[in-house]
Amino acid sequence: MSIAIRVEALSKMYQLGQIGTGTISLDMERWFVTRVLRKPDPFLKLAEANHRAVKGDSSFVWSLKDVSFEIEKGETVGIIGKNGAGKSTLLKLLSRVTSPTKGTIKLKGRVASLLEVGTGFHPELSGRENIYLNGSILGMRKKEIDQKLDEIIDFSGVERYIDTPVKRFSSGMYVRLAFAVAAHLESEILIVDEVLAVGDAEFQKKCLGKMEEIGKRDGRTILFVSHNMGAILELCKRGLLLETGQIVRDSDVGTCVASFLERDKHRQPSERSDKNGLLDLGRISINNEYSYQIDNSSPFEVTVHLAAKDIANATLFFIVENAFGQSVVHKRVSSAEIGHSVIDGEFRLHVKIPTLWISPGIYTMYFKTIAPATGWSGRAFSERISVEVAGQAEASGKAFMNPSVTWSMHPEEAKAKALLV
Amino acid sequence: MKTISENEAWDLVIEGHGPLFDLKISEVWSYRDLLLMFVKRDFVSFYKQTVFGPLWFFIQPLFTTIIFTFVFGNLAGLSTDGLPQPLFYMAGITAWNYFAECITKTSTVFKDNSQIFGKVYFPRLILPLSIVTSNLVRFGVQMLLFTGMMAYYAIAGGSFRITWAIVLFPFLVLLMACLGLGLGLMITALTTKYRDLSFLVTFGVQLLMYMTTVIYPLSAAPERYKHLIQLNPMTGIIEAFRFAFLGQGTLTATSLGYSGAVTLAILIGGILIFNKTERNFVDTV
Repeated sequence: MSIAIRVEALSKMYQLGQIGTGTISLDMERWFVTRVLRKPDPFLKLAEANHRAVKGDSSFVWSLKDVSFEIEKGETVGIIGKNGAGKSTLLKLLSRVTSPTKGTIKLKGRVASLLEVGTGFHPELSGRENIYLNGSILGMRKKEIDQKLDEIIDFSGVERYIDTPVKRFSSGMYVRLAFAVAAHLESEILIVDEVLAVGDAEFQKKCLGKMEEIGKRDGRTILFVSHNMGAILELCKRGLLLETGQIVRDSDVGTCVASFLERDKHRQPSERSDKNGLLDLGRISINNEYSYQIDNSSPFEVTVHLAAKDIANATLFFIVENAFGQSVVHKRVSSAEIGHSVIDGEFRLHVKIPTLWISPGIYTMYFKTIAPATGWSGRAFSERISVEVAGQAEASGKAFMNPSVTWSMHPEEAKAKALLV
Repeated sequence: MKTISENEAWDLVIEGHGPLFDLKISEVWSYRDLLLMFVKRDFVSFYKQTVFGPLWFFIQPLFTTIIFTFVFGNLAGLSTDGLPQPLFYMAGITAWNYFAECITKTSTVFKDNSQIFGKVYFPRLILPLSIVTSNLVRFGVQMLLFTGMMAYYAIAGGSFRITWAIVLFPFLVLLMACLGLGLGLMITALTTKYRDLSFLVTFGVQLLMYMTTVIYPLSAAPERYKHLIQLNPMTGIIEAFRFAFLGQGTLTATSLGYSGAVTLAILIGGILIFNKTERNFVDTV
């Protein structure tokens, strides 16, 4: 396999705050230091890592810092991370919208980037005219568009409106047309930012399908940024996890997403326990282990540590969520039902779960308790753990459940035949 | 990591600092279809949902000519070198307008298109070039008006003549386009970070018109200021334009050579500054 993209020590610095007043003196100072004295840029040293929420001293931040990786031809790579982790900056650099502060990117093959759908669409022009305009902006030759025009119109599903100015389009139709153009780009490398957020479910599915087809059948290299873990897991083989401008994990997409969700759970530390310290949920173990791996064809037991000070009428919850954040399991029980109308002291809460037959993937599990007597302060969350569910994956399609079923086929009996007629 | 693939052929290497002297002409050429598409967009979107369509291109030069004839010709009584006044002014206005449009439109190209530039890469030079080209269409339409007027005065017996210099016409248009483009590129590059200059452009171009021989012939300019007016590269071009179509004007090899040399310098300078700015302007615009 040959390498399609090589990124070496890529860094990008941004200046925060108002750009304008004062910058001319900074510019002159920088110019003097770097060009006349031939010393390294003093502002590069000042720059800090990019923590969005933390107040910093420097007005220069590294949106990306010393990022290096290689991507082989035909790989589909998902780039994940929180807002401000540097995902979009990376894509911008790769698609040459802006240039790096330091480091190099080496590319082999034509690059098409889709950071936004419908870039350059002109509202006054018709759908057809916009296909040509948008296609040219994305780097297609007119001849290419001529050849694919019918295919593009067909894929977009807005044939009836194709000679109407796009300002009369609904936003969904607009996106359909725009993605249809982009989907027919013939490039060796395709860079896609979160563009599927708009459009109805049917079209989103169509887009993902098309991208999968591009990746698998045509053997093209795809870089995909999304906050939709489901889409990432479905489409990509490899994952890059970015955090404050650095790659913290570069692995197969499953572990990468798991690692992201694992880190993500630290987002809600304030929710962990109630303010009065009356109720607390601790660590979770599965089958008495902390490795968090289960098989979808076997039952399992989840245990959590629970501490309470004289709490009455508590309700206990156990929740399993899939990568989309949808609840797969949501069970509740009152403490009285399991023989403790008042909880006082430290306990171990067990939940025995039968075989779930959920599709393999990454799931999040946590416990929650509510005790009305203590008001809203009597609400506690356990840690959120990422669980890797293993099992036989279905080759085609992605269903929520993947039970083990038995297939059989028998010759039709004479009596039943008569009924059919 | 730098092992076997060190000598591999990369199609594209992106680095922080590119070479200083790089006009990127071949890259622009490979995107020529996009240029035409932008021209078409500008033209079509201009007259969509209007009743008169491209006729609007006539209105502006026509009315300006009427006003100029009234104010400068009749009230101020400025010389027109013996040419019919409307013809004299329209020649100047048509040519000047093209130059002025090129410079004002290209001077805001980064600001106006930061949406597109922020999302997709193509050689940025395509957009200014498309502006110059679509203004050429407009200029062509206005030239029709001008020739129509020439025909009218030919029949009505106005004193003017078309000279051999008409063969220079394409060259003159090219000079105006390049000069406007070059200056516009410099201004747009400088205004991405510091907006101050953009306030200067609109009225600066207007003032520059009075420094050019649009409303008066060079021959009527006071001797003391003649050299100052001739320093303006547009003077040589407008004078040559008038000489070509109307037979009056100062056309020498020196004046045109000077305009050509200044234009070339400004154009190359403009492209270099523009190409240097385009790499990072998205971060500051």
